[in-house]
Order: sequence, then structure tokens, then C-alpha cells
Amino acid sequence: MADTADLLRTPLFDLHTELGAKLVPFAGYEMPVQYPLGVLKEHLFTRESAGLFDVSHMGQAWLVGPDHATTAAALEALVPSNMKELKPGKQRYTVLLNDNGGIIDDLMVSRPLAAEDDGRLMIVVNAACKDNDYKVIAAALPENVKLEIVEDRALIALQGPKAAEVMALHAPEAAQMGFMEARPLEFDGISVIASRSGYTGEDGYEISVPAGAAEAVAKALLADERVKPIGLGARDSLRLEAGLCLYGHDIDENTTPVEGNITFCMQKRRKEAGDFPGGDRVLKQLAEGTENLRVGLLLDGRAPAREGAEIRVPGTEEIVGRVTSGGFGPTLGAPLAMGYVPSRLAAIGTELEILVRGRALKAKVAEMPFVAQRYYRKPK
Amino acid sequence: MSTYFTKDHEWLKVEGDVATVGITDFAQNQLGDVVYVELPENGKSVSQDDEVAVVESVKAASEVYAPVDGEIVEGNELLVDEPAKVNEEAEGAAWFFKIKLGNASQLEGLMSEADYKAFVETL
Repeated sequence: MADTADLLRTPLFDLHTELGAKLVPFAGYEMPVQYPLGVLKEHLFTRESAGLFDVSHMGQAWLVGPDHATTAAALEALVPSNMKELKPGKQRYTVLLNDNGGIIDDLMVSRPLAAEDDGRLMIVVNAACKDNDYKVIAAALPENVKLEIVEDRALIALQGPKAAEVMALHAPEAAQMGFMEARPLEFDGISVIASRSGYTGEDGYEISVPAGAAEAVAKALLADERVKPIGLGARDSLRLEAGLCLYGHDIDENTTPVEGNITFCMQKRRKEAGDFPGGDRVLKQLAEGTENLRVGLLLDGRAPAREGAEIRVPGTEEIVGRVTSGGFGPTLGAPLAMGYVPSRLAAIGTELEILVRGRALKAKVAEMPFVAQRYYRKPK
Repeated sequence: MSTYFTKDHEWLKVEGDVATVGITDFAQNQLGDVVYVELPENGKSVSQDDEVAVVESVKAASEVYAPVDGEIVEGNELLVDEPAKVNEEAEGAAWFFKIKLGNASQLEGLMSEADYKAFVETL
């Protein structure tokens, strides 16, 4: 048994215990890896109805400056995405980069809707990275922009095709939000900040809630039979099927956004200017390509290939890459993986072998997401 | 017929000189939903504690060890097509393999059902 004495607990810890969760240490927190339903059924339930996830371990913080242009410019100095152009009530995915263009963390950034909040940007970062992220950000900010770390709020994700109809019963205005929009809401009279986004490939919300009200919000959602609690185990298989990177595995300080195949987070202005850490290197990679690329991999048969499994070219003994995330996709009904391979082997359909326990399993480079994303796009 | 258990959460049912081996209900419960089982080849000679089979849940892979020396005489093909059976009938229809005992005296070092239950209590 792991020593749990030093582990932190989220405001929903008591609820997890009450719901019969199996708790494991994760990023310094005691977190539910699964509930009595089990990983497989939790995964499938999220895809067909709605799952509730406690992601309060993630870091929530504000960047606070005198006006949007100033705060956005301060953040742009650390990330390769457009922040100046981010409109009120909109959210964007981006990455913190080091001087080599390597990824320090990936994060979500939202600009508040209200005019009186001009100059504020909300960020949500990975639990395991948050202390270092805050150090990096705080050290880089100009005098007139401050980092305010939020310690007194929980973060609850509600994900799945029925998330919107359930959410609307408690916060009717949530229904009007489109994918990657964020705004304050009254949830049964509790002031929350919600974004219409998540980490499962499904429609849904991430809801930032004052810690004291977290259990009330979670219980209100769980009272609906369309919602069940879902642990970190299913969260991982859901994001893998959705083709989404897990920081520290699929992307890290040694991979750039180009190698990680997440250049969608870089908008045109930044790609032209290269005015971000590691910009020269990233621009060169954009122009000339990279040695290696992150790809999706589908395997023949049922045996999963796990993180660390070696990848080779059929008919050769040469190891050309490694699996960075892998497992069994419950919705796909088959094993799936992500990994890095030389760019010449990154074309969809390229045949490869993955070594699992000394056996070479046949695999093919596959399009991601593996399971179609079902985000809610507002009609124009 | 006698039943034995190991600290690696396997059970053996011995009939004559052949033992049927599976993982315990406790083990399947710890693993969670089983999505893949890899069986040993028939005819393979194995030694006690060799890794002979693999059971994988959505999240992780675990080894199944040979509880005794011997020769693999049959793998349970049912598990190849329906790995989830391990969660339903771990100590029955979802046995993993049959092994012809190479050294029956090793059985004396294994646990009885009562000992195994007591062992699980300590975990």
C-alpha cells in the first residue's frame, strides 16, 4: 500500500469515498482511478450518456493585467498561440515553451466575458506541472501583470452526449455556449465559471466551483440518472481514443509542438513571427519538417501495446520509435496507441511493428482521433 | 481433487498429475475489466515462478506465473475470444491453462483456501 499521508485531497474527496472509489496517488493527490462500475463501463457510459470527473487537482490561476492587450502580450511571450485576438468568452488550447521550443506544459486559456474583467485571463494547467508552471510564468511576467493562483476552487468536468441537457437543468444559459467558450453561470444559484470543453472528445463542460460548493454541484449532477462518476482510468482511455496528448508522456520538454503534431495550437501570426521561446527552432521545423513525429497507431489483434513499447520497420531489427501512450480502446473495441516515429514513416497507413513481450505485433499509422470527436459547434 | 493458492493470486485445482490454473476472484477484482489474455503454448516446459501468461485490463498488463514446474498441456481458448470471462468466472470457467506437474512436492509449499483468505486479509 502506498503511503497516503503526504497526499493532497480535493474538495470532493469525501464524495469519492462515499461513492466507493478506488483511490490512488496521482500527481501528489489522492484521486479516484475508478468507481465500482469499473474503467470499461465508465468509459462506455461517458460516450453514451454523461460522466462526471473530479479534475480539481489541476491548477487554476488568473493572469491579471491592466487591459487585455497587456495581459495577452505577457502570455504570448511564453506560448506560440494568438492571445491578443482571443475574444471575450472564448477559450484556447496552448503550450508553455522552453527556450528550445520544448513543451513545459499544455494548458487552457479563457478570456472572461464581462467587460469589467478586461485584462484577466484564466488558465488551467496540469496538476503534476503546476508548481513549475507558476514559477516559469511568474518569472516572465512584466511588472503590471500578476499571477493569481486559485487555491479555493474545485474543477468538475461533465462530459458526454447528454452533458448539455443535464447541465441546462441547473444552468440554463450553459446551453447557449459553443465549443471552446467560457463564461460565468449560476448553477442552482451557485456562481461558477464554465467552459464548453474537456478531455474526452465528447461535448461537455469543465466547471470551476468554489471549494465549499463543489460537493453540492457534483451531487446535483449525480442525482440525474444520466450522469455517473468516472475515474482517472476511463479519463485516460477516453482521451487516448480522442487523440489528445497526455503531458509527460505524449509531449514533454524534449518535444516541440511540431514534433508533437499539435501545430493547430499555433495561429498564423505567431507561426510567421516566431516570437516565442524556441521560436527559431520551431520555425525551422515548420519549414523543413522534423526528424520525428507523434502519430496514432492501430494494432492488429487484441493485444495492447503500452507506453515504452519499441516500434520497428517490418523486416528489420532497427528500433525507430517508441509508444508514448497505449492501451485498449473500449469504444474502438481494439488496442490503440500513440508514439513517435521518423517523419518518413509518419504517413497514414504506413506499416510498422510494435514489440510487446518479445513478439512483433503488426501496426499501422492511423488517423487521429481514433473515435470521432463530438464537440458542440454553435450554428452560425 | 485438491485446490491450492499462491501469493501471486493464482489458484490450482489438481486432478491426478494435472493442475488447472487460473487467477483468483480477488486478483480479477484488483485488475478490473480484462480486455486481453495471452496464453502459453501447449507443450511448453516451465519452471515455478516463470511468467507464462499475461492478463491485461484497460489500464495495465499483469503477468501470470507458473505456480509449479511442469509442462503446459492446454490453454483456455475461451479467454482469447472472451477475455471479460475472467471478471465473471475467475475461479471457474475462466481458468488460464492446465499444467502437467513436474514436481508434485511443490504443492506442499502452496496455500490452502483458508490460508489464502487470511493472506488476502493482510493486503
